[in-house]
Amino acid sequence: MKIISVGVMETKEIKEKKEKVPRQKMPEQEPKKRIRNFEEVPFGYSEETAITEAKRCIQCKKPGCIAGCPVDVKIPEFIKEIAEGRFTEAALKLKETNGLPAVCGRVCPQEDQCEKFCIIGKKGEPVAIGRLERFAADFERNSGNVKIPPAVRSNGKKIAIAGAGPSGLTIAGDLVGLGYDVTIFEALHKAGGVLVYGIPEFRLPKAIVEAEVEYLRKLGVKIETNFVIGRTKTIDELFAEGFNAVFIGVGAGAPVFMDIPGENLSGIYSANEYLTRSNLMKAYLFPEYDTPIVRGKRVAVVGGGNVAMDSVRTALRLGAERAMIIYRRTDVEMPARKEEVHHAQEEGVEFLMLTAPVEYIGNDAGWVTGMKCLKMELGEPDASGRRSPVAIKDSEYVIDVDTVVVAVGTMANPIIPATTPGLETNKKGYIVTKDESGLTSREGIYAGGDIVTGSATVILAMGAGRKAAKAIDEYLSKK
Amino acid sequence: MNKIIENTKLSESVVKMVLDAPAIAQKRQAGQFIILKINEKGERIPLTIVDSDAQAGTITIIYQVVGKTTAALAQLKAGDALQDLQGPLGNPTEIENYGKVVCIGGGVGVGVVYPLAVALKKAGNEVISIIGARTKDLIILEKEMEKVSDKLIVATDDGSYGFHGFVSAVLQQLIDKGEKIDRVYAIGPVPMMKVLCDVTKAPRIKTIVSLNSIMVDATGMCGACRVSVAGKTKFTCVDGPEFDGHDVDFKLLSNRLKMYCDPEREAYENHKCGCDGN
Repeated sequence: MKIISVGVMETKEIKEKKEKVPRQKMPEQEPKKRIRNFEEVPFGYSEETAITEAKRCIQCKKPGCIAGCPVDVKIPEFIKEIAEGRFTEAALKLKETNGLPAVCGRVCPQEDQCEKFCIIGKKGEPVAIGRLERFAADFERNSGNVKIPPAVRSNGKKIAIAGAGPSGLTIAGDLVGLGYDVTIFEALHKAGGVLVYGIPEFRLPKAIVEAEVEYLRKLGVKIETNFVIGRTKTIDELFAEGFNAVFIGVGAGAPVFMDIPGENLSGIYSANEYLTRSNLMKAYLFPEYDTPIVRGKRVAVVGGGNVAMDSVRTALRLGAERAMIIYRRTDVEMPARKEEVHHAQEEGVEFLMLTAPVEYIGNDAGWVTGMKCLKMELGEPDASGRRSPVAIKDSEYVIDVDTVVVAVGTMANPIIPATTPGLETNKKGYIVTKDESGLTSREGIYAGGDIVTGSATVILAMGAGRKAAKAIDEYLSKK
Repeated sequence: MNKIIENTKLSESVVKMVLDAPAIAQKRQAGQFIILKINEKGERIPLTIVDSDAQAGTITIIYQVVGKTTAALAQLKAGDALQDLQGPLGNPTEIENYGKVVCIGGGVGVGVVYPLAVALKKAGNEVISIIGARTKDLIILEKEMEKVSDKLIVATDDGSYGFHGFVSAVLQQLIDKGEKIDRVYAIGPVPMMKVLCDVTKAPRIKTIVSLNSIMVDATGMCGACRVSVAGKTKFTCVDGPEFDGHDVDFKLLSNRLKMYCDPEREAYENHKCGCDGN
């Protein structure tokens, strides 16, 4: 920093310069290079950059950022540790309230949460809280020096958790720390839920999820994979086997289709299937891995959320020449994280806004070849507060496609409600909970995450897991 | 890990595998299936549970070698283990005493119809079974089917054993002879199921088929297995695998089964692609 040596001016000038230290960028893979691989896009902060960024935080007495965090991470405190070069301590501070900081630093919508309330953001750009979180967590993991807290004395009470996704992993960590005997039952062959089947490697490396799951195992959490609650065993059978409480965190794992003609043609995927093949089954490495995936040349992804961005960027990496987002509103209403949209744009994804598919056209072999679309315009706001799209008359046209990914949301999976008598669900099939505790209509059964709220974020599911852990502990302590 | 107790050939390309799977063996009912994955790099494939022994804690599956995964499966020996085994999945068959039922299996589909015949017989039905294959050597489970059926008719396409012709012709003859049939279970290759449904349509005999759609998670999460039944999209894994055959869009099913023919041929180029619905 250049110091201007003019008496009174000096302090003022320094102060101004200090405020103007810009939000530090994370170095990234070049767009042209990264669309040919599945490696993570940003490289993360260096120690030096992290300290520079951390020093931008002014350590507010009443921090707005914490209020914006669903799990109340002690943001100024962990940032202070980084600013002073104590990176491991920063990670430990994070872990006091967040079991998955390396994950959250990567996938949380910070712009709508902590960073939205950052005071620095009022005038300029907010402190990069997510990037700092990621830095601290990565530092600890890469140091090979992850501390395992001493084992807690068992209280002899058994907890069953359905689903090893963000809510299940969080509640498991919390309850094992309180002395409970915790078993997670996961339907798939790998733990992690949406973190392993849904979010691609280039956004969240699977090694990170594996490390987090391994950490939970070391804490004493048991994980049974290939175990479908409701099929392999029902919740009532688990109670009969001696479990004292059950938490349901199975996600909103059923895909929504649009129910338009031709939607079952070959080449049309749900985002769940497309991403599961690519991420969980590693179809992008076919034939080294055995699961195939269609490597389309003209791929249309319908939807404007994070899942749509993940799908379209996967399509590019699988070799698409045209990778398109088809969204019925405009980029203003798009629910995806800003960074994902920005990355997709950089990578050459085409954004066809105000466009809605109405029919798919196929060839004789039943393979999709075209997508009939209508042009839309924005009308009055709907229930979500966003202006609702209205079709423009006679605006129909056809887009040539050979692969389509439908990413318009998910709904409740019916297996657990159908096999658990007395478990109340709402009209859409989501489990009804009494309040934030996650208590369902059945004593001893709690639920949280997408199976209660419908599709939301990793961090909200984690918040629900945390609250249910507290509630279960209170419930069983009284028993 | 799930230990293999037995892995023996029933015919040139059809293999029977018995697996150690106590939880699944306890729970499993007729009509349900499992998903297996051989190793870390393997794919998830659905296979019907042919039989189970709750006491021994074992289940039996029967598969045909049609691609890389099933070929690898056939190479395994007793004592080896599968990395992943998930189940029991899908809805159990609705078993009641319907009266007189005809259980029809074609090729490896005999393995799928067998547990249904067992359960239907146990429920008091009169069970007529028709099993068929291209040629004599490919007929499987003849003895087992005979044991659970009041009458068993074997058919081969080439006439090398039993009736010379398709199983559909046998069924047609039964109907023509005035046999009063309350329900038909038709399980086998897609073209066979379609023809059988055509045969039972005019005489209005309720016909249940079990579909072999491509699946990934098999718990309703991905929709790979979607089929059209009575004009509505259904997921074979959680809404099926059994449906009223008269409502199934077999053309769509057959098309969707071919989605990965090209890449799978690449992965298993030495053998003929087996996902052509035959």
